[in-house]
Amino acid sequence: MTALFYFFAFVMLAGGLGVVLTRSPVTSAFSMVVSFLGLAALFIMLHAYLIGTLQILVYAGAIMVLFLFIIMLLDLKAEEDRKISLFTVIGGALLVSVFASQIIKVVKALPAAAEAMPELSASASEDVKNTGLLMFTDYVFPLQIIGVLLLVATVGVIVLSKKELK
Amino acid sequence: MDITFILISVAKIIGLVFLTILPMVAYSVWAERRVSALIQDRVGPNRVGIPFTKIRLAGLGQPIADGIKFLLKEDFTPSHVRKGYYWLAPALTMVPALLTCAVLPFGSELFGIKMVIADLSVGPLFIFAIASLSVYGIVLAGWASNSKYPFLGGVRSSSQMISYEISLGLSIVPILMIFGQLNLSDIVMEQARNGWALLPLWGDRLSLKGFLLFIPIFISFVIFTTSMFAETNRLPFDLPECETELVAGYHTEYSSMKFALFFLGEYAAMIIGSGLAVTLFLGGWSLPFGWLVPEDGASVPFWMGALHILSFLGKVVAFILFFIWVRWSLPRFRYDQLMRLGWVFFFEIALFNILLTAGILLFVK
Repeated sequence: MTALFYFFAFVMLAGGLGVVLTRSPVTSAFSMVVSFLGLAALFIMLHAYLIGTLQILVYAGAIMVLFLFIIMLLDLKAEEDRKISLFTVIGGALLVSVFASQIIKVVKALPAAAEAMPELSASASEDVKNTGLLMFTDYVFPLQIIGVLLLVATVGVIVLSKKELK
Repeated sequence: MDITFILISVAKIIGLVFLTILPMVAYSVWAERRVSALIQDRVGPNRVGIPFTKIRLAGLGQPIADGIKFLLKEDFTPSHVRKGYYWLAPALTMVPALLTCAVLPFGSELFGIKMVIADLSVGPLFIFAIASLSVYGIVLAGWASNSKYPFLGGVRSSSQMISYEISLGLSIVPILMIFGQLNLSDIVMEQARNGWALLPLWGDRLSLKGFLLFIPIFISFVIFTTSMFAETNRLPFDLPECETELVAGYHTEYSSMKFALFFLGEYAAMIIGSGLAVTLFLGGWSLPFGWLVPEDGASVPFWMGALHILSFLGKVVAFILFFIWVRWSLPRFRYDQLMRLGWVFFFEIALFNILLTAGILLFVK
């Protein structure tokens, strides 16, 4: 199991590095898909089947397809010829190291992070049911609000994309 | 994770994928050609039998000859393609199609082992998740070929697949509501005991509620099957590779085994799709009228387990023949008609169908 964990963690991190380090936008987008697949595998190894499959279904299967699609339609040649300046590299590295050190500090300060959590396997077969029950009982109001927000966003996109409004 | 579990899983994977689905793919190509010949009053490939003899076997040797031909043909890579993705794309269409079979229960039990590779609690979701990845193969093939017809084919295919994924997903929601779970093995068991979704003639479902629920189930079945035709890019929805407009669509620039992989991917997707339809609507491996249903906890004798596997395969083959029959009977849709059907009709009908099912489940006791 540990070997599998390291394998999928490597796949995820390699995909993540591919997003930032490759020149071609299509390769970047595709690396992101690989990274999502690795992440989904890690979720499934934690017996979180629902979130693992949703990760693939929503992010890898729907959102990234649209990303890739748009990148291909635009055919971004300029991005591949772009020069990288030393200043942006140093700035980026600085930002990343500050952010990473903060995350490490926060995780170390959390008492829950120190102890190993028990495995989920007993309730794993019920995770779809439990998520559904929680969403439609305790969290039904936030769910409705998110639904309305998404509707507003959809209508907004349609209005913005129509050039000539009567 | 012990060694016997791994060995049993490997045996199941080899048995299902390499000894059942891949030969079925090869022979459904043969069946496609024979049935199309039958429909068009021709002979079809009926010559190739056992090599170096005069035995013809109604052309059953044809898939082997085809396979050898595909492997030995020149694998030509045009100079204008984007090489990495051009090589990756055929594999990306084939792999998701084969991966989805992991959660399909293809039999009850054999030697006390459940006949499903991974008995997940999120079966249908897993299938849709993996199937949604097969768009990448076609999109990348269209883009990597770097020429006009494949690109148009790829664009068409991806918008078609994304559109029909929605109605495909929504169409099975009523079924999941009725059975109250996402585990495909349990759904099949429930159907074996209390009547198939599309045949409520025994057990609990032989009641007013069962007959009322037949209405939304039938609507679901029609939407599911039609969307499956669109998802697998088959006629009447094969616009991505529509010859009269796009030469051969996204695989115009491919030759030899790479072309064959696209071809096999399409047929594998068709077989798995049929398997899912059989599992959800036609009782999976179970026999009709509650015959030979295994008891809870009791061991299943070998002959019964084998009969269940044969029953599943028989239903899948019947469904594939239906796919082939439709292909050679209906003309191709126009692209705007296809998108209209998906977004304006199926999407709304599927949503309404969910409400109808909820109403029946709530008010009819």
